[in-house]
Amino acid sequence: MSSAVKAVLTRPLVTENPITLQILGICSSLAVTTSLNVAIVMCVALTVVTGFSNFFISLVRNYMPSSIRIIIQMAIISALVIAVDQLLQAFAYEISKQLSVFVGLIITNCIVMGRAEAFAMKNPPVISFMDGIGNGLGYSMVLLILASIRELFGSGSLFGMEILPLVANGGWYQPNGLMLLAPSAFFIIGFLIWIVRTKRVEQVEKTEFRLAPHTVQEVAH
Amino acid sequence: MEHYLSLLVRAVFVENMALQMFLGMCTFIAVSKKIETAVGLGIAVTAVQVITVPLNNLVYQFLLKAGALSWLGFPELDLSFLGFICYIGIIAAVVQVMEMFMDKYMPALYNALGVFLPLIAVNCAIMGGSLFMVERSYNFPESVVYGMGSGMGWALAITAMAGIREKLKYSDVPLGLRGMGITFITTGLMSLGFMSFSGLSL
Repeated sequence: MSSAVKAVLTRPLVTENPITLQILGICSSLAVTTSLNVAIVMCVALTVVTGFSNFFISLVRNYMPSSIRIIIQMAIISALVIAVDQLLQAFAYEISKQLSVFVGLIITNCIVMGRAEAFAMKNPPVISFMDGIGNGLGYSMVLLILASIRELFGSGSLFGMEILPLVANGGWYQPNGLMLLAPSAFFIIGFLIWIVRTKRVEQVEKTEFRLAPHTVQEVAH
Repeated sequence: MEHYLSLLVRAVFVENMALQMFLGMCTFIAVSKKIETAVGLGIAVTAVQVITVPLNNLVYQFLLKAGALSWLGFPELDLSFLGFICYIGIIAAVVQVMEMFMDKYMPALYNALGVFLPLIAVNCAIMGGSLFMVERSYNFPESVVYGMGSGMGWALAITAMAGIREKLKYSDVPLGLRGMGITFITTGLMSLGFMSFSGLSL
């Protein structure tokens, strides 16, 4: 594997992670992470769509007029998502029911559009495909971390198998219901960003205002 | 009437697009730095939502649903798998037409909202609204109410968020949390607040 391919595959994992750094594709990452099974299916679906949409868009990039490029990109992406959705309904019906509208929302997932616009429009097909897969993996990594935390503490299980024996089943673990609700997803992703940025200080955002140094006023006696 | 009012309240508060369904998050985080822009975007989203959800409802009922084409003589046809591409096409078209219409007839409004309109075509809240409408099989009047409610809920959330962030920028946040991190945690707290509406019904 050449170093360029390796770079586009591995950089989106931590250094340029689509979720924690580029703020792309957050919607679905929060909504489908209450159980690992569902999250994994979503990750595979998104990685496949991003990879192939990058590939096809890059293939036709020299033939499309720039004024209608967005609609062409949309058409390519929607066609891929329809294919993925039909496959899911055929082979994993239960999970496709649980994902409900979020498979369809891959179309408007900013990772897919963002990478098509930022990378696939300027690079040849194969490396674009790798970039799509890399970004899909970066997204998947965050999704899997979120899903394992939420499923483990929210229902005491991983992949539906009991890890922490629940009180209801005669064990000792009282499940934390908040983990399965919307707010915990926001908190966990916030803390995840904090951890990543503590390790990688260059990702810290600049503040608009600098705090003035603390001054002690002289008190007249 | 009561049915529609209850649907509206549910769409605005209980099933808030941004805070409970996580839709439109990317724009929500990126454009909530200033109150004026947030309000503008909120109004634009509501306007687009009120038009696209009912329009997609008509398309689904009379073109795509199983048996919907019987008026053309194809009672067995089921085109619902074409849904995604039709909805996104309609959304993109409506946004484009709205932009041109506002440019021609309402220049003041266009100057205020113009920059946000292209952003809206790829906002998951808009697409999500249409998909939920299909999944819950709303009829036409219900889809108008749902479109309005979900748009207003999103607008409410982003305006409140912008208000908080305007104050937040003067505060001393730990280094790694600056910007996005603290925004997510604030959103989490707001979402916790909105959970108090759950179970609310008229």
